[in-house]
Order: sequence, then structure tokens, then C-alpha cells
Amino acid sequence: MTNNPHISVQHLNVSIGNHEILKDITINIPNKKVISIIGPSGCGKTTLLKSFNRLLDDTPDVKVTGKVLLDGENIYDPKAEVTHIRKKMGLLSQRPYPLPMSIYDNVAYGPRLHGNPKKVELDQLVETQLKATGLWNEVKDRLHAPATRLSIGQQQRLCLARGLAVEPEIILGDESTSALDPVSTSIIEDLFIHLKQKYTIVLVTHILRQARRVSDYIIFVYMGKIIEFGPTEELLLNPQKELTKEYVKGFIS
Amino acid sequence: MIRRKLEENFFKVLMLLAIVIVAGSFFLIVGTIFYKGVPFMNWDIITKIPGGGFYIGKEGGVLNAIIGSLYIAGGATVLGLLISIPVAIYINMYLGSRNVIANSLRIAFDVLFGIPSIVYGAFGFLIMVYFGIKASLLGGIVAVTLLVIPILVRTLDEVIITVPKELRDASLALGATRWEMSKVVLRQIRPGIFTAILLSFGRAIGDVASVLFTAGFSDNIPTSLHQPAATLPLAIFFQLGSPVEEVQGRAYASALILTIVVLIITVLSSLLAKRFSKNKIQ
Repeated sequence: MTNNPHISVQHLNVSIGNHEILKDITINIPNKKVISIIGPSGCGKTTLLKSFNRLLDDTPDVKVTGKVLLDGENIYDPKAEVTHIRKKMGLLSQRPYPLPMSIYDNVAYGPRLHGNPKKVELDQLVETQLKATGLWNEVKDRLHAPATRLSIGQQQRLCLARGLAVEPEIILGDESTSALDPVSTSIIEDLFIHLKQKYTIVLVTHILRQARRVSDYIIFVYMGKIIEFGPTEELLLNPQKELTKEYVKGFIS
Repeated sequence: MIRRKLEENFFKVLMLLAIVIVAGSFFLIVGTIFYKGVPFMNWDIITKIPGGGFYIGKEGGVLNAIIGSLYIAGGATVLGLLISIPVAIYINMYLGSRNVIANSLRIAFDVLFGIPSIVYGAFGFLIMVYFGIKASLLGGIVAVTLLVIPILVRTLDEVIITVPKELRDASLALGATRWEMSKVVLRQIRPGIFTAILLSFGRAIGDVASVLFTAGFSDNIPTSLHQPAATLPLAIFFQLGSPVEEVQGRAYASALILTIVVLIITVLSSLLAKRFSKNKIQ
């Protein structure tokens, strides 16, 4: 199932101070699939996700060993260009954090960082990405209004559009629907399912039903270790490990 | 039950009393300045430089001091911002929250914050002697800049700390460099920058001790950085020291002008802060 992994994690250890967060993680993330990372709070799900685009770099006292290969290249190689790695991944955080600028400028922010696009190209790109996230019809008349005027659900879709605008290969979602109402949640979930045609999507979630709805594979993390990794239905309905069985059955979250 | 109610009322009265003391002194100060200053207010005082007699003078006005004060406070605030913004950005964005150097710098600025302004004046004076500069607009601006830098750095530092980490991550995750991410943070804290400007300008325009030796005093409006410049607080000081009653009265008019200038700056910066907060995420 993973003959062509998009991200390949090899013996990854992460500790902050004296606290070991992730222990000897080895996993292959398949290409153009939706993968959910589940597990109890504080088990290291988010840390694992953030290790993929080196957002851990800014955490005080953090120590990372092991390799994370993205398209075959180790992103923790001292020579690796961190801005280039991050450009390959869009991040969708728990709560939307639009940049303090207009709707248009939010989407245009990334492309402007990485090049000097012409206005026509930029207009086209903003329209494309806002359409891709279903926001275009809602905002086309007020593209230059502050992004903060949007509802939370719209803001989260704007953040997704902003991430897609840098043409990433991977989308990382860190409990991206936990601040949203049910309607906005299902819009985002549908987007994920739709977007996997073009992107590899890795989601952290503690809603098992959501993991079941959107993902092809599930990774179960417990106490900083990967306990089980497998196709969604198999892992949820027929877990092999005792810990997974308990978690899936008890819905402890 | 009665005891709790009594306690509630007792502390409520105490709080109200404290508020009355604060608000009362505010109105008393402003009232006194108005009462004593308004009779001496006329068009001449804000449009003319002093006529007749050094420092004192019954004729003319204090335009020299108004302009001098605006030059010094404005120059020091601009210069201070140019130095403080990079410092605050570096401490927060490059050194990180638990960095030893960052925290030592914070303590250092807190200490500098508490140093009396006469020390800055004396220090500025020493620098000027060393470089052979006479008491001048430049000397005044340098001394006052030293005075306001700790205020600016600490205010900006406090504001930057309130910026959510996720906003910084959002920018970084799109492939921004640290400086590009810092620019987003600067946009987010624009209202806070105006607060910092207000605090700095207010302190700069009202300070006597730092400009006493460094800026000198002159009846004329400085036309270059190397000419001495008068300031409003010093003008008030000299006018109050005069034995002539009419000149003393003019001190209150000068105080009134100083108060109005500060009021204008306050209103202006809070309006600007409001205008720039529309894009800010909450």
C-alpha cells in the first residue's frame, strides 16, 4: 500500500527539555490519500504533524533526531532550505488565523513571498483558490475587505485557500474543524475528500467519526509511539492491538 | 449575611473614594491651568517668539518653545522607534521566549526605564562634551531618544507577546522567512505601535531634566540641528522663576499649551490605532 511514500519518517525522536514527546517513529505516508492521526490528548499527534514542516524549530529546548524524507529528501538535513520545505505544505490550524490584511491579500500572501507575480496572474490565482474552497461566490464582491470580517467557517476556508495558493503537495490539518459549527465542519470535510485527488492530506483529529468519514488510513498514536497504522475501516472495525481496541471502543478523547 | 453585605459596601465605598481622589486631582490640575492660564492666552503667545529680555519677556510668545518641544519630542520618538522596533523584533522573533539573552535584555530595559531623566541628561551631556557638540537641538534629541528607548522597547515587547503563536506559524507555514513573518506581526501590532508612540511622545515632551543641559535654551526657533532649542517645560520653569507676576502668569499659559499639545497627540494616536485595528485578528 505504500510503495511510493510521499513522506517517509524514519526513527524520529522529538523531545522538549527532558520530556520525550515522540519515540522512534517510523512510518510511510502514502501519496494522494487522506491520513488521520488519532490518539488521546497529549499523545504527540500535533508534534508529529508539526515535525513534517519543521514548525517545531521555534519551540524552545526542542531536540529532533531521525529523518523525515519528503519526496526522498531529508528535511532535517542541515543544508535543507526550511522555507522551501514549508512551501510544499499547507497548514490548517485548530482555529483560523487569517493574516491581518484583506481577503485578497491573504490568498496572495504566499505567492508574493515566493515570486513576483503579475497582477493579472495573481487575480486569476486568488479566484481559482477561492473557488477551490467554495468561498468565491461568498466573497467576490468584497475581496478587499479585512479577512477578519468573515465568519469563523469562512475564515478557515480562507486559510485553506491561502495554503493552496503556494501550490503545496501536502495539506496538514491540526484539528482544523474543532472551532467550527457542524455545517462549516462538513464543508471542510468535503473539501478534504475532494482535494485528495491533487494533494496528500494529513489530519490530526480526535473525532473518530470524522477520521472514518474522510480518511483512507489511520495512524493511532499513544504516549509518543505509533501503536497501529492501517486502512481506516480495518483499523476502526478490526484493530489488531489491544490499546487500539480500547481506544476505538471507549472513544476516550 | 449582614457582615458580607457590609464588607461589600465598605470596599465599594473605598474604591469610589480612590476614584474620586484620582479624578479630582485630574480636574484640579487641568482646572488650575485653565483658570490661571486662560487670562494670559492670546494669539501672540502661540505665534510669536519672546520679545525683550532673555528667558522672560512680557511681550511676544513662546513659539520658540512650542516648536523646540515638537522638534525634540518628535525627533526623539522617530529616532527611538527606528531603534526600538528592530530590538523588540529581535528579542521576540529571533531569540525566542525562554532565551537567556532576551530576558537579560528585558531586565536591562526595565532598569533603564526606571532611571531618572537627569541621568540621561548628564549622560547626553557627557557624550556631547566628548564629541565637542554644544547644547543644541541635536543634543536634546539624542538625550531624549535615550530616555524614550526603554519605554518604546518595553511597550512594543508587551504588545508583540500578545500576538498568537499560531499567527506566526501561519505565516511561517507558507514559507515566510523570519523577517517576512515579523512584518506580519508588525501589521498585527500597529495599534500597539501608536500606543507606544503616544507614551514616548508624552514622556519626551514633558521632560525637563534631560534637556536642561543638552538642548540649551534660545529665544529663537532653531533653524539647524546645531542651534540651541527652547522647550515648553523649560520655558515654564524659567517663567515661573520670574519675580514679575505677569511673566508667572504666562507660565500657566505655556502649561496650557503643553497640555493641549499632549491632548492632540493622544486623540490623534488613538484615532490612528482604531483605524489600523480593523485588520487585526482578535
